[in-house]
Amino acid sequence: MARTLTPKRKVAFTVLAWVLGLLIFFPILWTVLTSFKTEGEAIANPPSFLFFDWTLENYTEVQERSNYLRHVINSVVISFGSTAIGLLIAVPAAWAMAFSPTKRTKGILMWMLSTKMLPAVGVMMPIYLIFRDLGLLDTLLGLTIVMTMVNLPIMVWMLYTYFKEIPGDILEAARMDGAQLGQEILYVLAPMAVPGIASTCLLNIILAWNEAFWTLNLTAADAAPLTAFIASYSSPEGLFWAKLSAASTMAIAPILILGWFSQRQLVRGLTFGAVK
Amino acid sequence: MGNIRLSNVSKTFGTQEVIRDLNLNIEDGEFVVFVGPSGCGKSTLLRLIAGLEDVSDGRIEINGADVTDLAPARRGLSMVFQSYALYPHMSVRSNIAFPLRMAGLDKAAIDRKVAEAARVLNLTDYLTRKPRQLSGGQRQRVAIGRAIVREPTAFLFDEPLSNLDAALRVNMRLEISELHQQLGTTMIYVTHDQIEAMTMADKIVVLNKGVVEQVGSPMELYRTPANLFVAGFIGSPRMNFINGNEAAKVGASVIGVRPEHMTMSPDDGRWCGEVGVAEHLGSDTFLHVKVDGIGQITARAPGEIDLRHGEKIFLSPEPGKMHLFGQNGEIVSASGAVS
Ligand SMILES: Nc1ncnc2c1ncn2[C@@H]1O[C@H](COP(=O)(O)OP(=O)(O)O)[C@@H](O)[C@H]1O
Ligand SMILES: [Mg+2]
Repeated sequence: MARTLTPKRKVAFTVLAWVLGLLIFFPILWTVLTSFKTEGEAIANPPSFLFFDWTLENYTEVQERSNYLRHVINSVVISFGSTAIGLLIAVPAAWAMAFSPTKRTKGILMWMLSTKMLPAVGVMMPIYLIFRDLGLLDTLLGLTIVMTMVNLPIMVWMLYTYFKEIPGDILEAARMDGAQLGQEILYVLAPMAVPGIASTCLLNIILAWNEAFWTLNLTAADAAPLTAFIASYSSPEGLFWAKLSAASTMAIAPILILGWFSQRQLVRGLTFGAVK
Repeated sequence: MGNIRLSNVSKTFGTQEVIRDLNLNIEDGEFVVFVGPSGCGKSTLLRLIAGLEDVSDGRIEINGADVTDLAPARRGLSMVFQSYALYPHMSVRSNIAFPLRMAGLDKAAIDRKVAEAARVLNLTDYLTRKPRQLSGGQRQRVAIGRAIVREPTAFLFDEPLSNLDAALRVNMRLEISELHQQLGTTMIYVTHDQIEAMTMADKIVVLNKGVVEQVGSPMELYRTPANLFVAGFIGSPRMNFINGNEAAKVGASVIGVRPEHMTMSPDDGRWCGEVGVAEHLGSDTFLHVKVDGIGQITARAPGEIDLRHGEKIFLSPEPGKMHLFGQNGEIVSASGAVS
């Protein structure tokens, strides 16, 4: 039976959806607006919405005080680097679990997921000490390794779910047709899995880009990514809302743009398998 | 050359024994059909031959060479899957060319062979299409094309027609038989459909619960089934089985008579019953007759006959067409010399 919506309900749902959407979008909008206000206007009560003196001084000041570009480079290295390394590990792992599962495959998958249920703070001390002893504190290498480890379970899980959707017959056909393991993955599995791999990468880059626990705790200056750049405006000299907003806007802009251009891919990847 | 020999082959999944100590010899150029009910291990057996599964025990030889531990690609066999298993991201041309590319042939040779296969299979006009733009029958032909280009030692088919509608199935059945005539290559064909088995096979292997019940030509299985299972599986409509007193009278545990070997008479015969449902097919009529003390018996009469529901009728087995089975279900008297 087709489900029909009365016009009235349709309007109600549409309004509700818009309200929810705006509610989610509002903090971002407010941050961007605040970044163009003076510090005085930023804390004014009642706040002005659009009719204030637009200024770029926060941006110039933030630019003078910190090396924005270096933070961007650090963020790019950490998020793209951890994603690339993660992919090298996760693709074969997910491939093995999806196409030659054993009795313990499900258990291993659950175990991997369970590591995400542990609060990160729970392993803070050991990781910190290990990193200190290995000289990895405040290094890009160290942070990339941590990000890889943090996101690996999610990557394996996502890829596993995508690979599961690929009929095993097709891979067996490739095997019968004389494809070696590498050729099978390169010519048959990979092309079919591209949407899944792409959205896994995107999601992982976004997660790593925004990750703030480890990046704040394991970096000081040299390896600090954009999250640390934002944080540096929130505490030491008291609160400067306008500058903090300017820093936040600069930090999220690249990832927002990436997300905007890849949204079709992201949505397709995240709902892959849900609709068939 | 395409001689395949299985010796004492077993396959277990966990604790479940799917193939049990199986011996089989397939001659070069034969069309062999594995037939049996769903879940009896046909696909598993085919996959063992293909090398897609490893045997738990036993030995597989192709042309005298032991291939038990050889990877699928190195056995020189081609397989057509039930789901077709075409590469969805490749054109028909690339699909057919794939095994040749893997074999490292040069482009000119690949193009020539693909064109030839496409011509044989009427796919020339579809070479640039993707699999999803093809009908079921065309997809099936692409799968066959991909199998024939590499000129394998033998073809393996796993229920290749079960996703097609009835009319197309009959056509493809003929096409595959025709292909076998043309190529003369060994073919192993898995199906649960005894009609496919009967119409296509040189040799039928009847499987049941992982063991071979009987091996023989279609007519051998039809005329002299070795046991109750084969007798019941081969032939349509199914053979009538009569047990109890009637069977004991002739010293058997079960008597089997095929519907087409029953003669009917209005006034004289071995068993007397009442006509139940009559199925009119035009060419034949299947009568379901209720016989007291025996149960339902199906009889086939050629052409149309006019009998009413509830009418009385006498049935007798044709002389020499009775199968007698012993306690263990094995045949005791082939084609019942007893009358
Ligand atoms: N990979 C597998 N793991 C566990 N059991 C399997 C596997 N493949 C097949 N089986 C079991 O083996 C039996 C035979 O399967 P199969 O060969 O596919 O039967 P058929 O093709 O005759 O229908 C079935 O009971 C099935 O559940
Ligand atoms: Mg099967």
